[in-house]
Amino acid sequence: MPVITYVEHNGARHSLTLKPGVSLMQGAISHNVPGIDADCGGACACATCHIFVDAAWNDRLGEQGDIEASMLDFAEGVRETSRLACQITVSEALDGLVVHLPEAQH
Amino acid sequence: MADGSVPQSATDHARSIPLDEIDVSHPELWRTDSHWPYFERLRREDPVHYCKDSLFGPYWSITRYNDIMAVDTNHQVFSSEAALGGIAIVDQGADLRLPMFIAMDPPKHDVQRKVVSPAVSPANLAVLEPMIRERAAKILDELPRGETFDWVDRVSIELTTQMLATLFDFPFEQRRKLTWWSDIATTIPAEGMLVETEEAKLAILMECLGAFTELWNERVNAPPQGDLISMMAHAEATRNMSPEEYLGNLILLIVGGNDTTRNSISGSVYALNKNPDQYAKLRANQELIPSMVSETIRWQTPLAHMRRTALEDIELSGKLIRKGDKVVMWYVSGNRDDTVIAEPDRYIIDRERPRQHMSFGYGIHRCVGNRLAELQLRVIWEEILKRFPVIEVMGEPERVPSPFVKGYLNLPVRIPA
Repeated sequence: MPVITYVEHNGARHSLTLKPGVSLMQGAISHNVPGIDADCGGACACATCHIFVDAAWNDRLGEQGDIEASMLDFAEGVRETSRLACQITVSEALDGLVVHLPEAQH
Repeated sequence: MADGSVPQSATDHARSIPLDEIDVSHPELWRTDSHWPYFERLRREDPVHYCKDSLFGPYWSITRYNDIMAVDTNHQVFSSEAALGGIAIVDQGADLRLPMFIAMDPPKHDVQRKVVSPAVSPANLAVLEPMIRERAAKILDELPRGETFDWVDRVSIELTTQMLATLFDFPFEQRRKLTWWSDIATTIPAEGMLVETEEAKLAILMECLGAFTELWNERVNAPPQGDLISMMAHAEATRNMSPEEYLGNLILLIVGGNDTTRNSISGSVYALNKNPDQYAKLRANQELIPSMVSETIRWQTPLAHMRRTALEDIELSGKLIRKGDKVVMWYVSGNRDDTVIAEPDRYIIDRERPRQHMSFGYGIHRCVGNRLAELQLRVIWEEILKRFPVIEVMGEPERVPSPFVKGYLNLPVRIPA
């Protein structure tokens, strides 16, 4: 099963073995990774599961949807590499993925 | 129900009235806090409910959590546009139509919202926190002991109005004007209310515009500062706003930054008194303050609804909503939907997912100041628990007779000597 690493803003690393099919948000929440709030529960409606993903992974992550883009538009500290973790589904192709968490979810 | 205080007559009436006669918008239901059984019935029997006649005209009620989420996240079909009526069940009147970014659709909404959002960014909140703490401490230290006083006036209004004055860099000693304008802006004119006619309301809001226009003129000619007026005066997206649009956005920021946090602060004291086991739990473990704050915001739901207007025919849970229809998302009901939130009528400060509530809305109009609201509530409670073993509620509060602002006119409390 794929291993995903979440790196908190303070540098703390959490490497999790996740089941394909869950979202990166669900994976973090179910293992109590601090720094992801996920207020809306995965509806792409609150932008509190904001993460940064290295551009090298873009091909394997799936496209950013219009709603995700519009929600990210209002998130804090958005960069080119910003995504919402609820919109990325874990698969074998993501084995080894490292995602970084922002200073705060807003 | 929420606190076991709904009169039996209201519960009986809610159960026996023909479904199509249910109108949850009547201000009297909000003044008496007896809307709960009507929403309970709607969630169960008619979750997407049409009311053909009310004080505010015909409207749809969306009462379940997931249906509200579906409407709130579909801004392409469900518009917030002021010209269509705006974001509250009471239509923005033709004579007093104030454009504000909450009542706009993209793209204009997006660019205006982004002008003000840095004021409530995590970086700025970190700057504000010590100041909020100092003020909270002062407000609490000046409270009387051993006598009954009004918590709404002495604490809730005072803390939130000081905050607002700071965000606008508004003359501090005149800050209660902000409270006054906020209350006027959300009053539906009627006999016995703060204002009785639309004309009287407009006249007072024009005073508000006058005062803020002076501040604008001052700031626009000065170098950019961190306050909201300066931010709007210097930003590309807002520097050429019409006076109506400026007033509209001011009202949005004043009401958004004032009523909501005020009523959640009052609500926290009220809820903890109604649930003494939870109050004891909080005293024993102050690390529960953040989750108590979220639970209070859910339980209180300081804005009972937001409204949209359908831009096309659309089906929702088996009902056909027609283009042009008024659609009211009752956050207050979604927050009590037991298919999503366990034991929703109970106030549980350490529930599993306290942040999963609808009070801030969802989608692109989600509350921009939510973290500031949480910060103010957290800090006031950290300071309260340092000082007072208990704040006793001495009688029932009077409630705002409005289906929009769900809050308290007063709350008599006593701090034991």
